[in-house]
Formats: sequence, C-alpha cells, structure tokens
Amino acid sequence: MSMEIAIPQPVERENYLNKEYGVWSWLLTTDHKRIALLYLISITFFFFIGGFFALLIRLELLTPAGDLVQADTYNKLFSMHGIVMVFFFLVPSIPAVLGNFLVPMMIGAKDLAFPRINLLSWYLYIIGGVMMVHCMLTGGVDTGWTFYAPFSTNFSNTKVVEAGLAVFVAGFSSILTGLNFVVTIHRMRAPGMTWSRLPLFIWAHYATSIIQLLGTPVLAITLTLVVAERALHLGIFDPKLGGDPVLFQHLFWFYSHPAVYIMILPAMGVITEIIACFSRKRIFGYSFVAFSSIAIAVFGFLVWAHHMFVAGTSVYAALVFSLLSYAVAVPSAIKVFNWTATLYKGSIHYDAPMLYAFGFLGLFTIGGLTGLFLAALGIDVHVTDTYFVVAHFHYIMVGGAVMGYLGGMHFWWPKISGRLYPEGWARLAALIVFIGFNLTFFPQFLLGYMGMPRRYYDYSHMPEFQVLNVLSTAGATVLGVGYLLPMVYFLWSMRYGKPASDNPWNAAGLEWMTTSPPPTFNFDEEPVVTWEAYNYEELDAPSHAQEVPVAG
Amino acid sequence: MSAHSTSSLHSSSSPLKTYFAVWIALLIGTGLTVYAATLDLGRFNAAVALGIATAKATLVALFFMHVYHASEKLTKLVVIAALFFLLLLLGLTMSDYATRPWS
Amino acid sequence: MRRRSPLPDSTLVGLHHEEEHHPELLHHFANAEQQRDSSSLGMWVFLATEVMFFGGLFCAYLIYRRWYFPDFAAASKSINMALGATNTAVLICSSLTVVLAVWAAQTARRTLLILSLIATMLLGVVFLGIKGIEYRDKFVEHHVPGASFSFENEPVPGHPGQFANPRHAEIFFSLYFVMTGLHALHMIIGLGIFAWLLYAAWKGRFTPEYHTPIEIGGLYWHFVDLIWIYLFPLLYLIDRHP
Repeated sequence: MSMEIAIPQPVERENYLNKEYGVWSWLLTTDHKRIALLYLISITFFFFIGGFFALLIRLELLTPAGDLVQADTYNKLFSMHGIVMVFFFLVPSIPAVLGNFLVPMMIGAKDLAFPRINLLSWYLYIIGGVMMVHCMLTGGVDTGWTFYAPFSTNFSNTKVVEAGLAVFVAGFSSILTGLNFVVTIHRMRAPGMTWSRLPLFIWAHYATSIIQLLGTPVLAITLTLVVAERALHLGIFDPKLGGDPVLFQHLFWFYSHPAVYIMILPAMGVITEIIACFSRKRIFGYSFVAFSSIAIAVFGFLVWAHHMFVAGTSVYAALVFSLLSYAVAVPSAIKVFNWTATLYKGSIHYDAPMLYAFGFLGLFTIGGLTGLFLAALGIDVHVTDTYFVVAHFHYIMVGGAVMGYLGGMHFWWPKISGRLYPEGWARLAALIVFIGFNLTFFPQFLLGYMGMPRRYYDYSHMPEFQVLNVLSTAGATVLGVGYLLPMVYFLWSMRYGKPASDNPWNAAGLEWMTTSPPPTFNFDEEPVVTWEAYNYEELDAPSHAQEVPVAG
Repeated sequence: MSAHSTSSLHSSSSPLKTYFAVWIALLIGTGLTVYAATLDLGRFNAAVALGIATAKATLVALFFMHVYHASEKLTKLVVIAALFFLLLLLGLTMSDYATRPWS
Repeated sequence: MRRRSPLPDSTLVGLHHEEEHHPELLHHFANAEQQRDSSSLGMWVFLATEVMFFGGLFCAYLIYRRWYFPDFAAASKSINMALGATNTAVLICSSLTVVLAVWAAQTARRTLLILSLIATMLLGVVFLGIKGIEYRDKFVEHHVPGASFSFENEPVPGHPGQFANPRHAEIFFSLYFVMTGLHALHMIIGLGIFAWLLYAAWKGRFTPEYHTPIEIGGLYWHFVDLIWIYLFPLLYLIDRHP
C-alpha cells in the first residue's frame, strides 16, 4: 500500500505559469494567458489611481465649502478619475483580463489568432498608461473625461494634448483586442464548436469587439482633431471661425455611448456563465441572450445624442434619439428576464461568484431603469448634469461592470492560478462591496433629483446636501475596504490557497476540461465538441458526478 | 485564399484582363469627374461627382480587392457593416443639423 | 486540398495537424488555410476600423460644407485641381501595380512581383511628392490655418462681387490639411509595408502557396486609394464650373 500523504502537495505539472521563468519570459510572451495576467496587474494599478482620485473627490464633498482643494484642482480630480477609470480600467478590464485568458480556451483553441498583436495591445496600453501618468504628474487635465470643445481646444491651461494622445494610444490597444477576438471567434473554433454551442461569454465578447472596432476609431479621430486644434491651430470646433462645438459632442459621443456597452457587455457575459453554473441549469433562452448581445452592440450606436439633449441639438433629433434610447433598453431587459428565468427552479448555490451575480442583477436593473428616466426628455432637462446622472452610470459601471469583473475573477480564479480563494472571506467581501456601493451611490440619486449639480467642488449655497454627501463618502470608504479584501486574499491564495482541481465548480465549458492552471497550449489534445453549451444535466447526472473531481 | 487562387487559375489571363479593364475604367472615371465638374449641373454637381467616385470605389473593392470573388460571405459582411456604420454616423449626425431651424 | 467543412467560417481539419509543415505556418494555427483566412479577415476588419477613422472627418466635412458652401467653394478653387487629378491617376495606376504584384505571387513570377512592388512604391513616392508641392503652395499663399492664415478678397465662384468669409475658409483648410495629411500618413505607412514586402519578395519568401502578406498589404494599399477617390472630388471639385 502506498503511503497516504497527510497534506496533499500541489502536483507540479508543467503549466503556463511555470513553463518559463524570468522577467523577459513574461514581457515577451505571446501566450494569451500570460498577457491576461500582465493586463491584470496593469489595470489593478490604474484602478488604484482612479480610486485615489475618487477618494479625494469624496473627501472634498464631505463639507459644503470648497476647502480641501481649489476649484481648478477639483476639476482635475474628476477629469482624471473619469479618464483613468473609463479608458484605463473599465474598457480593458474584463476583455483584456478574462477575455484574453478565456476566449481561446472556451472555443478550444491554442491561442488567439494573432498572439503578437495581443502583446502589442498590451504594450500600447502601457504606453498610453505611462503617458497618462506623466500627464497627471506634470499638471493633469481639467476638461472632464469628455474633453468638450472649445474649452479643451481653446481655453484650458492643462495638459490636454498629452491626455488626448494617451487615450488615443490606449484606444488603439482596445481596437487591436477587438480585432483579435473577432478573427479568433470566426476562425479558431475547435471541431464541433458551432456558433450555437458557444458559451454566451463568447457571444458577449464578440459583440463587445464589434463596438470596439467600429466605435473607437471615431474617438481616435475626434481626439486627433482636438490635439490638432490645440497644437496646430487647425480650427474645426472653434466658434470664432464658425466651428460648432456641438459637432465635437456628436463625434465624441458616437464612440463614448457605445463605449458604455463595451464596459457592460463583457460583464453580462460573465454573469451568464456564473448564473448558469450556480443554478446548475442551462441559460434560459440561449438564442435570445446571444442575439440580444449583438442587438445591444448595434442599437448602442443609435443613441449617442441622448448625452446632448440640452446641448443645442434640434428638437427633432432629440426626439429621435430619445425614442431610440428606449429601444436600446429592450435587449438588456431581455437578458435580465432570461437570467431570472434561469434562476427559477434552479439549484442555487451561494458561492462568492453567485453573490456578485445577484448584486449585479439588482444594481444593473436599477442603473438601467434610471437610464430610461434619463432618456425621457422632460426628466432629462431637470436632472442632466446633476448627481442623478452620476448615480445612474455608477450603478451600471460599478454596480454592474465592476461586480461582473469581481464575480468573474472569483469564478475563474482557480483556473487562472490553480488555487482556491478563501470562500468565507470572499462572501464577506461581496457583502461589503454591495453595502458600500449602495451607501455610496444611492444618496447620489437623491442629491441629483434635488438639484445638486455634478462637477461642483463647493455646494455651500446648498448646505442641506451635506448629510447625503457624508453618507456617500462613508459608503465609499466601505466600498474601498470591500475592494481591498479580494486583492489581499487573492495574493494570499497564490501561496497558501488550497490547490484547485481541474473543475472545482463542476462547471460546463471547455476551459474546465483542462488542468488548473492550464498548460501553455491549453489542451493536451484538440477538443472535439459534441455537446451543447451548459450541459449541466449531464454534469450533475449521478454517474458523471463520480468521475468529476470535487473542489480540493 | 484557396477559392480565390482556384478561380484565377481557371484561365491565367482572365484576371489580368479584368484588372486592365478596371484600370481603364477608373482612369476614364477620373476624367469624367473632372469634366463634369466644369459643367454647371446646379445641385447635381456634387451628386455626379460622388456617384462617379462611388462607382470607382465599387470597382476597386469588387475587383482589385477581390470582394467579387470572395470565397465567403464574411468578407462582404465586413464591408457592408463598415459602410452601414459609416452611414449611421453621417446620417444620424446630419439629422440634427438638417433639422435645426436656426442655422 | 482540404474540403470545406459544413461549418462555413471555421476551418475544420480534423483532429490532428496538417502534414505540411510549411515554414511560414505559425504554431497556434491548425493549418495554412486557417492562417491565411485569419490574416485576411484580420486585415478586412482593420480596414473597417479605418473606414470609421476617416469617417469622422468626412462627417465634419459634410456638415461644414453644407453650412458654408460659398466659402468652401472659394477655398476649393484655390487648390490645384490638375495636381489633384494627377495624383488620383497616380494612385489608380499604383492599385493596378498592386494587383499585378498579387497575381505575380500567385503565379510564381518573381521578377514581375518585384518589379510591381517597386513600381507601386515609386508611384506612392510620386504621389507624396505632388502632395508636398501642393502643401508648399498652400504655405506660400498663407492658406495654412493658424496665426498667418489669410484668405482676404477671394471671390465666391458663381457670385460676382461676393467674397468668401476667411474664417469659414480656414475651417475648409483645417479639414483639407487634416484629411490629406492623415491620408498621406497612411501612404507613408503603406510605403513602409511595401518596402518590407519588397525585401521579403527579394529574399524569395513568397510562393503560390504562401503570399498572404502581399495580399493583405495590397488590401491596405487599395484602401488608401479608395480614400483618395473620395477626397479628390470632395476637396478639389466643389464648384469648378465657370
């Protein structure tokens, strides 16, 4: 009889983490999984920076008087918070980390179609990031993340050119990621992996990539024009020459509205995978969820001027865009209904990823519904440029996208690292995030509705708003704790966490049919798919359950 | 792409004939554009110029870029998608400018 | 030749790798066909992004042309139509040399391939040279937007006695320089790409089985030609009739 080892040691098989060591094996890698980790480190860094600016904003708003920073500085704070969070955290987050890691695995491929372009994407992101950090350290930018002309082109005294170029470069990174995903999903699927067998995570990333490809170039040219106007005096938006600042807004929002779908669609993909796994059920209405992702991508391009209702567009344009904005909510609602129907009569497990998914469902719904309030012209005139809008988009981007990101990180952490995170701490963190989030942002709905404008550092003429602001800042502190916890225990788990089996969740999907962590080329043999997606009935069948190793 | 090389191997001179024909057509189109610009067609000058340009662009895309003989629909779908979103950008933006009563 | 699978756009080739291990086959692809199809799709998708990139400029152009038509017409008249038309012809010829290069690669005609690539590059240089002459003319005439811009007393075509608004003309020239400048930048990048193709062709890397870089480099070049096909009438021919 062999000796039973009391404490099982992790089997040191060759995988993508230990295949090669050394800094250059990481900086020159073309392995999509390593690139995903490079992105993970980078976007976490920018999350801290964006969070730091958020902290300063909330500290300033503790008191009605503008006493922590000056007005100009405050303008820089919210501008850089927005730029960093949108372009250097949210847009890349799920696609560049989870997408890069999982897309090839989920379709049974060895890598993305263009591994070297994938690495180039990361380097472009880093170059843009370095430019942005340099910009912040040498004066910053105060135009808002929206760079509106003619302030950005003619009147701002801050580093608009550098910030614009930094975002341009990061945008190019985003375009190349989208290009890689589209070609990969079309060309590199394993035998038997038909479109209708793809995980909905893949459909979500495909839709996201369409938006990245078709929208980001318009942002690029718009920023180019701003830089050209500022640096070379080529006046396109200059009112003195007869230029139209509203044209800037049209071009800017043509990208920046679809951009919000870049930020939410991947999270929706994550949530779909989590809900299916932790309800032990195939997603209800697979085709509807798949096509609604594409519909969101397409419809998302039709609604941009709802950011411009009070900017000076024509009434007829405003009406058209308002109607279209109602239409774009439909595919998102379809998803919510399908997720809910999946939960119905499912076998619900309350692991941490599922807690994030539940949080997403509630918070995204609130965010989405308040978006409809804003799509109504009459309401928008009242609440635009107030904290109502701020609360709306934070519900979607933080309550939605960030919770999706965290849920996905937890769900796939065993696969990525080969370790299990501590479940108790993870559930606690999810709860803290949920409470902190609502405490931070729900008061902002009330503040906005009562008339507190956004981007104001001083509200001393409205001192009655202080109570809600203090609540919001308190919530932000709690939220910060909730975000720090996973960073701590994920790092802890890399050394001390229990080793993970191939499929600790007994989840469906090709990525769970290889080792944790996976080998460099993902599969020992190219998979041949003969089953439908979300085959949870098979996975949970008694005979099958015995063969599948349970979480270590 | 395999189907592409198959179609051009049917007769090695036929793609060449097409290419030279398209080339001549493009040059004629350019000349026509210039000539038409010197005529007074009122509001149709722009339409004619852009119409000829679109015809030229179509020839380049279909025959020089091999979209006509593309072995799968995906290539054509990418082209159509790009044009669709471009028209969306132009059209919906114009919907604002065309309906402003003050300018 | 592998038969196309029932699934239209994923090249299924069975469980194991192709017998041919072409030196140009990258390891993560199952076979050369998948690699070729991926590269081609990748370039087409990239060109779609370029359509949107230039599209923003066309959007701005169309709006201001509609607003300031007389001033745009006057400004358009001041740029050299003959040079613009010549450049259009130059690019059309270069597109021909590009398809000849692709055909030469497909039919193993190495000399023709190299000559076609060189001809394409020469025509590209001619284009840029003519552009340079135009830019210099604009500089001399003070039509470059900025502090020294001047467009006084320029008559509006077809409206004797009416003069163009210099500020609106400055918008035209801003768009002119950004649009043609961005186009020229893409030409320069194209020249770089073709220089690399020329080097690789000279080294004998391209065969009838493998010449994907020539095909996708050609697609890029044709796209740059396409943009110019629209730029020429829009910028040079606004109102040229006497």
